[in-house]
Amino acid sequence: MNAQAYNFAYLDEQTKRMIRRAILKGLAIPGYQVPFASREMPMPYGWGTGGVQVTAACLVPEDKLKVIDQGADDTTNAVSIRKFFEKTAGVEVTEATGEASLIQTRHRIPEQDLSKDQILVYQVPIPEPLRFLEPRETETRKMHELEEYGLMHVKLYEDISRHGEISTSYAYPVKVEGRYIMDPSPIPKFDNPKLSDSSAIQLFGAGREQRIYALPPYTDVQSLDFEDYPFEVSKAPHDCDLCGAKDTYLDEVITDDAGSRMYVCSDTDFCSTRRQNGHVGRLGTPVSSEVA
Amino acid sequence: MNMHKTAGGGFKDAPVEAARSFRILMNAMARPGSISQLDAIEPPDPLSPAAGTALLTLADPTTPVFLAGAADTETARNWVAFHIGAPIIEPSDLRSFAGRGRPPGEVFAVGAWADLRGHLEALPIGRPDYPDRSATLIADLPTIANSGAKLSGPGIRAIEALSLPETEVFQENNARFPLGFDVFFTSGSLVAALPRSTRVEAA
Amino acid sequence: MYVAVKGGERAIDNAHAWRDEERRGDTSIPEVSLAQIREQLALAVNRVMAEGSLFDADLAALAIKQSRGDLIEAIFLIRAYRTTLPRFGASRPVATSKMAVDRRVSATFKDLPGGQILGPTFDYTHRLLDFKLAAEGKAPEVKIAPATKEDVPHVTSFLNKDGLIETELPSNEEPRDLTREPLEFPAGRDLRLQSMARGDEGFILSLAYSTQRGYGRTHAFVGELRIGRVAVEMDIPELGFAIEIGEVELTECETVNQFKGSKTEPPQFTRGYGLVFGQSERKAIAMSLLDRSLRWQELGEDFVGAPAQDEEFVLAHCDNIQATGFLEHIKLPHYVDFQSELELVRRLRTEAEAAQEAAE
Repeated sequence: MNAQAYNFAYLDEQTKRMIRRAILKGLAIPGYQVPFASREMPMPYGWGTGGVQVTAACLVPEDKLKVIDQGADDTTNAVSIRKFFEKTAGVEVTEATGEASLIQTRHRIPEQDLSKDQILVYQVPIPEPLRFLEPRETETRKMHELEEYGLMHVKLYEDISRHGEISTSYAYPVKVEGRYIMDPSPIPKFDNPKLSDSSAIQLFGAGREQRIYALPPYTDVQSLDFEDYPFEVSKAPHDCDLCGAKDTYLDEVITDDAGSRMYVCSDTDFCSTRRQNGHVGRLGTPVSSEVA
Repeated sequence: MNMHKTAGGGFKDAPVEAARSFRILMNAMARPGSISQLDAIEPPDPLSPAAGTALLTLADPTTPVFLAGAADTETARNWVAFHIGAPIIEPSDLRSFAGRGRPPGEVFAVGAWADLRGHLEALPIGRPDYPDRSATLIADLPTIANSGAKLSGPGIRAIEALSLPETEVFQENNARFPLGFDVFFTSGSLVAALPRSTRVEAA
Repeated sequence: MYVAVKGGERAIDNAHAWRDEERRGDTSIPEVSLAQIREQLALAVNRVMAEGSLFDADLAALAIKQSRGDLIEAIFLIRAYRTTLPRFGASRPVATSKMAVDRRVSATFKDLPGGQILGPTFDYTHRLLDFKLAAEGKAPEVKIAPATKEDVPHVTSFLNKDGLIETELPSNEEPRDLTREPLEFPAGRDLRLQSMARGDEGFILSLAYSTQRGYGRTHAFVGELRIGRVAVEMDIPELGFAIEIGEVELTECETVNQFKGSKTEPPQFTRGYGLVFGQSERKAIAMSLLDRSLRWQELGEDFVGAPAQDEEFVLAHCDNIQATGFLEHIKLPHYVDFQSELELVRRLRTEAEAAQEAAE
C-alpha cells in the first residue's frame, strides 16, 4: 500500500476530530476514561492501536517523535510504530528523550524528567483498573460514577494479609485528583511517582477497549495505599552494569547458561547518554574504547 | 448556497492546519488560563478568528452547533453549513443531545459570552456515568489577559490569573465536577481554556 | 562485553522478505491468481467478506492470497482497508423477500409457496475425499434453472397470518453503527446483529451450539434458510428517488422458537434472525440462534447465566480481529513487567523462607 494514498498521519480528518474531542474531554476530566470510536488500524489490536490513534491525532509536521517499548527505542514494535509515522506523517524521529516533542511509550516512563513542551502518549491494553475485580463494563462504570472503590481497597488489603505487602508490581492503580481511580498502563510501579505533577501532558490510548484518558500537567496522582502500608517503589537491588546508574529501572539479562546475570538500564537512551558522559558500570567499558 | 461568500473561511491545507490548531487548543485545555494565539482562518463576522478556528478544528457533521445571539447570522450559518457541515440547533434542543445515542452528546455553543450566558442552564453537562457527554463553549470576550480571577487545579502549577467575565458561575460549574461544561475563551486571535476541573477564586 | 540487541529494523525487513518468499512457495508451481481464488475458494472469500464487513470478492481474494490462506489475517487486511474508505451514504434496507434465491429450505413445513430449493449445497453429500478433484478433472456440466423472478414470501409470514408468531413491526429508526461509535451496554438488537454479522464464525457457532445443549436453550426450528442475490438501492436526494447501485449475495436465516408466553404476551412462536454476506449458512443459522438467546430480557424470560444470554460477554468477545490482536500481543516484549514480578516473587519467597526458618 502506498503511503501517499493516505491522509497526513494516516487517519482521515473526521476520525482525528473525533479522537481530538475525546482527548479534550479527557483533559477536562482527569483520570476519567472517555469512550471513543476506535478505528481498525493497520496494526493489530493490543499492539498499540490506541496510542497510535492518539499520536496520529496530535502530531504536527514540526514534531520530533520518539517511540519506546520497554524503555527501549530499538525493540521491534517500537521500530514498527516509528516507521509507520515516518512514512505517513513525514515527521522527524529521535531517540533522545530531551529532543522529542512527542513520545509514544509502552510500559515505561522515561527516566529523564519531561518538560512542559512534551507530550507522553501511553499504549494501554486494559484501561479499566477495576476490570480484573469486576469483568462487566456495566458494573465498573457504575463504580466510577458512585466513587465506589471499596472492591479495590479490599483486593489490596487481601494482598497485605496474605503476603505482608501489596503484590501488584506493575499497572499499579492510582487515584487522580482525589476522584477517579485510573490504570497507569502496565508501567512498573517504580514509574508511578513520575505520573504525578509532571510538566508534560500525559495521554492514554486503549484502541481495542475504545477508551482515551488523560493527565494534564501538574495533576495530583496518588498510588493507592494504606496509612500503615504506604506505597513503595521497587527495583532490582543493583546498579546498572553498563553505566553505573543507581536509581534507574533495570532489565535483568541472563548472560550464560550457568545463570550469570547482569543488570542494565531499561531506558536505553538514558543509559547511553550516561555512558557517553563518561559513566562506566561494573561490566561496562568506556564508550571511547568501543569499536564504532 | 452562495459559495463565494462563505468559501473563504476554511483551512487551506486541512490536515496540517487542523493538526496545528488542535495542538494549540489541547495545550490550552491542558493548561487552564494559559493564553495562546489561534487564527488559522478568517471566519465571517462576528466570529473571531480564534473562535472560528476552534470550531472548524473540532466540530463536524456529528456535533451539533448552537450559535448564540449575535453569532446567529445567516452568513455564520452558511459558513458552518459549508465548512463544517454541523447541524445547527436551538437552545431548546441542547439538552436532548446529551442522552444516549447519536450524536454522542457533545455540542458546541458559540458566541459572545454575554449571549451564551443566558443559555447555560440548557447546556448538557454530561451524565454521572458519562460526564464527557457535555457541551464545549467557545465564548468570545472583548479582551483576554492573565489578570483577574485566580485559577488552580489540574494543569496549573501554582496559581494562574485569567480575566474571566465573572466567577460565580464557574465556581458552580467546578462544584459539580465531574459533571460540567468546558470553555474556550476567545478574543481576536487569542484563546484560553477553562475546563470544569479548574477551581476559580475572585481576584 | 555485553552489547544490547540492536537492529530491530533490519530484523523486521528480513523477516518480511522471508515471509514473502514463503508465500510464493515453490516457483516451479504456477502462481495462484485472484480469479482462481475468487471462483474456486468462493466460501473462503465469502467468510472474509462477511467478517471483514466489505462486499468485494476481488479484494477478499487478494487478502486471502496475501495472508497465505490465514482467513483471520485476511479479514484483518480487509477491515483495515475498509476503515479508510470514504462513506457516501447508507443504502435502503434490502428486501430479502425479493431475493433471487439459489437455495431455500424450511425445516418447519414439508412444502410451501415458492417451494424448497436445495441449491449448491454440501448437505447429503457423503464426506468422502473425491480423488477425481486431485486429478484436476473437468467440472460436470449441469443444467441450472434460473432463479425465479417472483417474490418469495418468508415462511414466518405464513405463521404470522394466524397470530402464531410474534409480530415484528418495521421501524424507520436509524440503526446504530459500532464501527463509528464506541460500543455501549446495553447495546440493543441492532448493534447485536451488526456485531454478530461481523463476528467470528467459530465463536458464534460454539455459543449457538451451547444453547442447543442447554445453556440458555431456545428450542429453535429453522423456519427458513435462503441464499441468493438481492438488489442494493440507495436514495439519491438530488434525484428524489432510489436507484439500484448493485447486488449482494446474502444468506438469511429465520428461526422459529418456542415461547410459553409471558405476563404480557400469549404463548406464541418467537424469532431469531441471522443475515450474513455470501453463502455462509453455518454462520447465519448460528447467528439466529444466538440472536434469539440474547433476547431473553425483551421477551420477559429468565436470565439463567448462560454465556449465550449475556450480551456484554458475546459482543465484547465475538470479534476475531480484537481477539487475535490481544491474544497475540502477549508475544511482544513484556520484560519490564516480568522483571517487576520477578523481584516481587523473589522478595516474597525470601520473606516466606525467613518466616519458616524462624518457626522451626
